[in-house]
Amino acid sequence: MFKWFADFITYQLLNLPRGEHLSESLNFLLYDIPKIYTLLISVVFFVAILRSFLPPERIRKILSHEKEFIGNILAAALGIFTPFCTCSAIPLFIGMLESGVPLGVTMSFLVSSPTINEVALVLLWGLFGWRVAVTYIVSGMFVAVVAGFVIGRLKMEKYVEDFVYKTKIIADAPEARLTWKERIAGGIEYTRDIFSQVWLYILIGVGIGAFIHGYVPVDLVLRYAGKANPLAVPIAVLIGVPLYANCAGAIPVVQAILEKGLPLGTSLAFLMAVTGLSLPEFIILRKVLKPRLLLTFFGAVALGIILIGYFFNLVF
Amino acid sequence: MEIKVLGPGCPNCQDLERRVKQALKELNLEAQVIKVTDFAEISKYVMMTPGVVINEKVKHSGKPLPQVDKIKNWIKEETA
Repeated sequence: MFKWFADFITYQLLNLPRGEHLSESLNFLLYDIPKIYTLLISVVFFVAILRSFLPPERIRKILSHEKEFIGNILAAALGIFTPFCTCSAIPLFIGMLESGVPLGVTMSFLVSSPTINEVALVLLWGLFGWRVAVTYIVSGMFVAVVAGFVIGRLKMEKYVEDFVYKTKIIADAPEARLTWKERIAGGIEYTRDIFSQVWLYILIGVGIGAFIHGYVPVDLVLRYAGKANPLAVPIAVLIGVPLYANCAGAIPVVQAILEKGLPLGTSLAFLMAVTGLSLPEFIILRKVLKPRLLLTFFGAVALGIILIGYFFNLVF
Repeated sequence: MEIKVLGPGCPNCQDLERRVKQALKELNLEAQVIKVTDFAEISKYVMMTPGVVINEKVKHSGKPLPQVDKIKNWIKEETA
């Protein structure tokens, strides 16, 4: 249906010739944008409804009963449904530790929550197909579990700032009994919120992607960022770190570059660095983590992402 | 009545504070509105910012922000 719409406008309505740069770029844009927006609205709404059953207070209750490892896996899985903005990183961190969630398990949650988010998944699904989206979820969880587990094993509790363990939670947020009407209203509001934040980035990203799709020659990417260049993965991760806020815009661009020969592992590593290694989050976490733990955390996540990159470049 | 708006000062928290003041104005009520920006203090109440605490009871945490009408209901609950 989306394909038909794009073909109709490009080749019938505007009567552009097939196979030319301009018409191929335009066709790509007209095909992707309606498809992604439709996916985005439906998936974000669905996740918002799901999440209304999983407030952070319930998550910490679940996780405080779990041992390490199983706890790490569970934390990584629950993190998928629970995105948080940077301002919430500290209350979440303190709230979890205070209710008895082990440090490593909390870290797994802090990695998986921003790395695997519904906006990134929609774009991966819509642009790369469901196989890549699933691969991304599994890789992201792997990095979250391993980084959290390692930190747990290293017994780094003493590198948490002292005030954290002294903070006493005085009031528990109400275990709100929401009606379905409230859940749906909240879901609509949340979807509108997210959509208004990302639609422009997606449009710009897909626009750049469309340009690359139509104009950039394949061998250019292969020459500089192909599998033959062993430094491509770490460099891709480094470039990804400062792009934290723009995963919505970055994914369409990466998809277009992938089509031009960027290896899958390098692409995944880059995208995980964009979402998972956010500079503002690390800066704000300094308030609760002493430098040594902060660096270990950052290093473990970065290393995990780089390994995922090499792994998929080797396998595919 | 004491109303605390919890949040480090991002646009969301400022918006929430505006809505709380709007709710008070529409109800013609006076109350002490305290902005809590200290993370240790915020963490005592909520895990997701921004948050609203009225008379030491957590009424809201996280996004999306509550509508003014909803805030009015909370205030009415506490004044009743």
